[in-house]
Amino acid sequence: MTELKLRILPTVQKPARYTGGEWGEVKKNLDAVRVRVAFCFPDTYEIGMSNVGMRILYGVMNEMEGIWCERVFAPWGDMEDAMRQHNLPLWALESQSPVKDFDMIAFTIGYEMAYSNILNMLNLAGVPLRSKDRHDLKNIVFAGGVCAFNPEPLADFIDFFSLGEGEDSTVEIVSLYDQAKAEGWSKDAFLHAVAKIPGVYVPSFYRHEYHEDGTLSAIVPLEDAPEVVTKRIVEDLDKAYFPTKMIVPSTEIVHDRANLEVFRGCIRGCRFCQAGFSCRPVRKKSPEVLYRQAVETLEHSGNNEITISSLSTSDYRGLKELTDMLLPYCAQQKINLSVPSLRADNFSRELMEKLQTVRKSGLTFAPEAGTQRLRDVINKNLTEEEILTTCSRAFAGGWNSVKLYFMLGLPTETDEDVLGIAELVYKVIQEWKANAVNKKRGLRVHVATAYFVPKPHTPFQWEKQITPQEYLRRCKLLKSHFYSKSIEYDYHSPDLSRLEAVFARGDRRLGPVLETAVASGARLDGWDEYFNYAKWFDAFQKCGVDPDFYTVRGYDEEEILPWDTIDVGVTKKFLRLERKRAYAGTVTPDCRHGCAGCGANGLLKEVACDA
Amino acid sequence: MLRALFEKVGSAAYISHLDLMRLFQRGFKRAGLPLTHTHGFNPRPSVSIALPMSLGMESRCELLDFDLEGEALSGEEICSRLNEALIDGVRVLEVYDNGRKLKELSLMDCQLVLEYDSGVPESAGEKIQTLFSQEEVVVEKKGKQGLTPQNIAPLIRSMEIFAGEPGELTLQCRICCQNPTLNPMLIAVAITKYLPECAPDFVRCCRLELYDAEETVFR
Repeated sequence: MTELKLRILPTVQKPARYTGGEWGEVKKNLDAVRVRVAFCFPDTYEIGMSNVGMRILYGVMNEMEGIWCERVFAPWGDMEDAMRQHNLPLWALESQSPVKDFDMIAFTIGYEMAYSNILNMLNLAGVPLRSKDRHDLKNIVFAGGVCAFNPEPLADFIDFFSLGEGEDSTVEIVSLYDQAKAEGWSKDAFLHAVAKIPGVYVPSFYRHEYHEDGTLSAIVPLEDAPEVVTKRIVEDLDKAYFPTKMIVPSTEIVHDRANLEVFRGCIRGCRFCQAGFSCRPVRKKSPEVLYRQAVETLEHSGNNEITISSLSTSDYRGLKELTDMLLPYCAQQKINLSVPSLRADNFSRELMEKLQTVRKSGLTFAPEAGTQRLRDVINKNLTEEEILTTCSRAFAGGWNSVKLYFMLGLPTETDEDVLGIAELVYKVIQEWKANAVNKKRGLRVHVATAYFVPKPHTPFQWEKQITPQEYLRRCKLLKSHFYSKSIEYDYHSPDLSRLEAVFARGDRRLGPVLETAVASGARLDGWDEYFNYAKWFDAFQKCGVDPDFYTVRGYDEEEILPWDTIDVGVTKKFLRLERKRAYAGTVTPDCRHGCAGCGANGLLKEVACDA
Repeated sequence: MLRALFEKVGSAAYISHLDLMRLFQRGFKRAGLPLTHTHGFNPRPSVSIALPMSLGMESRCELLDFDLEGEALSGEEICSRLNEALIDGVRVLEVYDNGRKLKELSLMDCQLVLEYDSGVPESAGEKIQTLFSQEEVVVEKKGKQGLTPQNIAPLIRSMEIFAGEPGELTLQCRICCQNPTLNPMLIAVAITKYLPECAPDFVRCCRLELYDAEETVFR
């Protein structure tokens, strides 16, 4: 008789995401496994399998003798409903074993709107949500990823966080667990020991105290916990572990291609960008190592596309050398090389033209703000001239579509800045009229505005978010100034970004809100099909938490911030200075034009910052 | 044009038609067997799989047509190199040149296993046999224009019924698989519709063999 799970599979959408069995999946003999790790990605298979960090750490853990790391993803709604109906607990793909049978349950979190999925997945697994309700060493829950840089909204649920890059620390953490399990330690003994590993933050070792106005009055380290936990980095990326034998999904995923990370960190310093500050310092991989890894990855996977990735690919010093090696290989092997995140400089234009021998992809700019004044405030050093020059060349070369991304609600933004967006778009259309080779095909300008979300560890971490009403007013104002039929304008409903802002800068009082919202069915919030702000609104009300406290209030520079315990390398002093410069409209040149003194190079001991 | 006979069983049964083509394209690349490409605006590797199958069905007789660049290799060589580069559940049984024209493919043997959680109902086998000996057995078929009625009785050439494992009933059928096509799962749909007392709790289905109109094995 066919087991229950296999009976459900034909009834749900895209069942291949629940079966495992892909090329490159790691299977181990359970008799030789001492520690089982369920590595959970709090979103669907298609999103999670596109995540390079997860692929690296999957490889890192499975390289360890006696350790077996398996993958777990959030089920889509139809599968979740079937699981709940039949009491089928969440399982891991490789062994198909229930998650609750695993020793360690790890999450990687890159997006605040995945928090509901974390709780929902624990619930589907039959594992108690709150850390204090899990008494044993078994089922210890830990998490990493960018969101761990303000872990407080999850403090009630996650036993410990691993901050920063995990290539080294994950090995230390899992090895310690291996010892703990063999020697029969208690959960408490393990948490005390793991807290001594650099980069590990155990939230239960800190007490948060509040003033009457709701702001933090103190963060008290308990027992011998360190006052500040500093994120981990890998200093020499050439020597860092990188898996060239990766899993090739049997079903289509979001980024269905090989991926080559060329460097970490960013030299740009756009003042709104969390990754730009929290991923510093800059460390590169050498073109030779990258070329070798690219060829090995492609040969093992059989992919016909490879993408070069980083926060700003044009800033990779070895880009010419690398693409000079890769292009002939790719042409010969009929592999499509894609290079996203290029800046509008001359070399990039030439490179873009070379890449076009394979396929003509779209042209995308993210000026973020409509006027030069506001671009100076946010330190986005992309000029109108650069945009227009690149557009005119592209139009002359046959392109007929452009995407332009902006944010609304940036600090100091006025209506003049909002209308500056319409003006810039108008100029792009003029460039097309002057340069297009085939006007009959028409032009499409896709404009999208996002609702600015202030993020921790950026110069804008103290800023107010504008109200949703004000955001919508600015969207409508902008829309009323678009006259051309070529323009498609998209703006999202503000609710999601408002919630993102709450959790990005949230504190421990959001724990009950999360739990309440998930209990009422909140899940898959990153998906329009499932996002339901009403559930969150009710949860805030029930828990007596005012979301405005975290959004439109703004934080005082002297206030204790929930994430003050976390050190990402960039100093608070530097962030304050950058904020002052923002208000003065002063640009900070990129790191290659002189070190701005952010402090992140203090994390390096063996190599110098490559900015 | 080369042709591979392959099976798709176990968890690979949940891989869709398009995903399976992608899987083979990558498999060929991993095996160091360069596929020829189409000459269009976006060159695509030339692989095609005959008779798309519903998700969840298994098969021991799938056909894949492809062409390789470079010097000719033996069928055995291609077969063994491909199998090294494919996943569990997808296994190439044979690779050969000069396969017959796909339009001559007409019939297929398939096996349906009806699962009854509280035991096979009394005389279910006889009732099912009687049902399909009628001239008209009409079920709703899902198509591009929504549901359309289809008389499936003439599309079933033969049906043998065995008692299998406890709680199971096995139907081995020879059915039309091309012009017109019968999705074998519709046989179970018909049983549920006409013989509700014999409605199975779950149905497994597997394709077994392919034939031309004269019932000669098709390769």
